[in-house]
Amino acid sequence: MSPILFWFFTILMLGFALAVVFNRNPVASALSLVVSFIGLAALFFQLDANFIGTIQVLVYAGAVMVLFLFIIMLLDLKAEQRRRLNLPATAGGILVVAAFVAQLMAVLHRFGAGKHAFPPLAPGADDVRSVGQALFSTYNLPFQVVGTLILVATIGVIVLSKRELK
Amino acid sequence: MVTLNDYLLASGLLFAIGFAGVLLRRNIIIIFMCLELMLNAANLSLVAFSRFNLQNGLPNYNAQVFVFFIITVAAAEVAVGLAIIVALFRARQTTHVEDINSLKF
Repeated sequence: MSPILFWFFTILMLGFALAVVFNRNPVASALSLVVSFIGLAALFFQLDANFIGTIQVLVYAGAVMVLFLFIIMLLDLKAEQRRRLNLPATAGGILVVAAFVAQLMAVLHRFGAGKHAFPPLAPGADDVRSVGQALFSTYNLPFQVVGTLILVATIGVIVLSKRELK
Repeated sequence: MVTLNDYLLASGLLFAIGFAGVLLRRNIIIIFMCLELMLNAANLSLVAFSRFNLQNGLPNYNAQVFVFFIITVAAAEVAVGLAIIVALFRARQTTHVEDINSLKF
């Protein structure tokens, strides 16, 4: 786990996440989100979670972002006009986020157990095999339930996309 | 040396950025993207904890299975959410949250 790579990908991820929030053009926001997700996938790879990192690239940077871009193009959204800022709401939002970050810093400062480096992995650790085994033995029932959930979501999307709901 | 706290800090900051986006932006699609950022921040801390708590030299794979389920449910959520946004756009011709206030008291 190289510190230089860790900080590079963390800054990439956070910088493009900020670009998602502050871009006025929705297409630019969506493309920034892709880069942010790829940075996150790189962090997963650094944590030796190869399976999760691959899924992250395939599902998020691939499928989900194509869906987002599709909808943005379909609705033909233009860059937002500069509207008058709702001052109390904006100030309240910034205050809540600042409080969250301050509390995060305080908790992490006191969390002594997390101030150690990651212990080395045993040789021959195969995360795809282990995750697959857990998925199809211990977590077989939740796996089936998630499959049903996706089926229901697909049917729901088809019903929602009909011109007239009956 | 990269510690667990560094990963938790990155995850918390990503969550805070997503949270700020949900609170500050007024375009419903951007709000939806920021929700995805927050989900991914939670995933990052789960994977970091899984790698940190080794059992016999192996990461705790239960956390990675949990992350897999979160990603699956999030993908279903994106599909349904975007379908709702398209239906809303057909009815109101807007994606601006301040123009959609018929449920507001």
